[in-house]
Amino acid sequence: MLKTTIPPAELLHVTKSYGATVALHDLSFELRAGELLALLGANGAGKTTAVRCLLGLAAPDDGLARVFGDNPRDAKTRTRIGAMLQVGKVPETLKVREHIDLFSSYYPHPMPFAEVVETAALQGIENRKFGALSGGQKQRVLFAMAICGNPDVLVLDEPTVGLDVEARRAMWKQIRAFIAKGKSILLTTHYLAEAEALANRVIVINKGTLVAEGTPAEIRGDAATLEDAFIELMAS
Amino acid sequence: MNTFTIHYKEAKYEFLKLVRMPGYALPTLAFPVLFYLFFGVAFGSRNGSTETAKYLLATYGAFGVMGACLFGFGVTVANERGLGWLQVKRTTPMPVSAYFVAKTVMAMLFSAIIVLLLFTTGTLLGHVQITFAQMASMFAILIPGSIVFCAIGLTIGCFASSNAAPAIVNLIYLPLSFLSGLWVPIWMLPKPLQTVAFCLPPYHLAQLALRVIGFTRGGRSVGTHVLMLAIALALFTTTAVLGYRRGENA
Repeated sequence: MLKTTIPPAELLHVTKSYGATVALHDLSFELRAGELLALLGANGAGKTTAVRCLLGLAAPDDGLARVFGDNPRDAKTRTRIGAMLQVGKVPETLKVREHIDLFSSYYPHPMPFAEVVETAALQGIENRKFGALSGGQKQRVLFAMAICGNPDVLVLDEPTVGLDVEARRAMWKQIRAFIAKGKSILLTTHYLAEAEALANRVIVINKGTLVAEGTPAEIRGDAATLEDAFIELMAS
Repeated sequence: MNTFTIHYKEAKYEFLKLVRMPGYALPTLAFPVLFYLFFGVAFGSRNGSTETAKYLLATYGAFGVMGACLFGFGVTVANERGLGWLQVKRTTPMPVSAYFVAKTVMAMLFSAIIVLLLFTTGTLLGHVQITFAQMASMFAILIPGSIVFCAIGLTIGCFASSNAAPAIVNLIYLPLSFLSGLWVPIWMLPKPLQTVAFCLPPYHLAQLALRVIGFTRGGRSVGTHVLMLAIALALFTTTAVLGYRRGENA
């Protein structure tokens, strides 16, 4: 069958090893236009490696990573991508406004500052230094930096890890606000409730290979929750 | 998205980031001036002569420039690379050059502030007799010369972990300064150490600055100093590029 549309992002038969450890083995998936795809897996399943390959931060040993059909390593392709990664330390002496101003300057058609502030719920903390923010606020600023370039594809690598329930719910709201603009999002998480709450589609990987793919309801099947289904998948 | 704007903003925020960081800004700016006050101005003028204060103006200039570059590059790059910030930047369309140009401009700006502070201290407190043209020449040697130490700092930043980088920088900074004759004139060091100094970039930069104010003892020809600095620049730029590339595909 002829492929008529180019998906916003896809991995095609990607294999990636670190020394003797195979992080990804012949992994393929695609992110479709306008959807939120959740990438699930236990710690060490290869979620972060998949994201790194998709963003062009790591080179696959075999296979291809494509964003709108192009190489994610090209600067031109990167103008269409935003990413929120797990980062150990962000420069703490710069203000929220300054971080966003700098990141916006990288992109050809950035989102107006006021819109970034509204979408990421940063009202009132624009002039605070990053180091003075709470954990939830820091995550929202990282989210703001990921969306300020008005990308068509947004990659969120465990965006709510370490957040309390309230901050997590707030982040979900911001993610929904962004998807409402017609964007496509790939989200990795190990909070299954998060996938259930946000995702149109879920893919589950284990030891670097795809083990399940479908809507949250399809993955859940007869199990009571997505979590039960997930545990069953990991055991099989 | 304008390439010039990106480079400008990157440099501006790099400067703001560091100037607001007391752990970097204070020692980098204050140490050369403080050392110079102790050893050049107070200690050096015991016999009523200002020659020591004049000599050390050039060598502490090299000392200060080296510190700004080694810490500004070595420690910040190791931190940003090791703790994931550089990776976040690499997901954006930011040209890689913006990141490094910004750090170089920042290091040169800090270097310029240090050298100007030293000139002020030397002329006002040390009563050093030095013409404006001599100061301008020394400035024009020390600030562009800092690029060599940017390359050395970048090499450290690209290879060392964020924990190890400050230790490594300190470990090479102080011995390198002593062995290059920045604290004690080179001709007063034992002969074998003078031979070692010939292989050290700070020695060559300091000698070029010293020539401007008439100190040639222990130095070589201008061509030799420039050549040795150029070799060091080429060598450490290569190692830095290799180090950066190594991280790109991990």
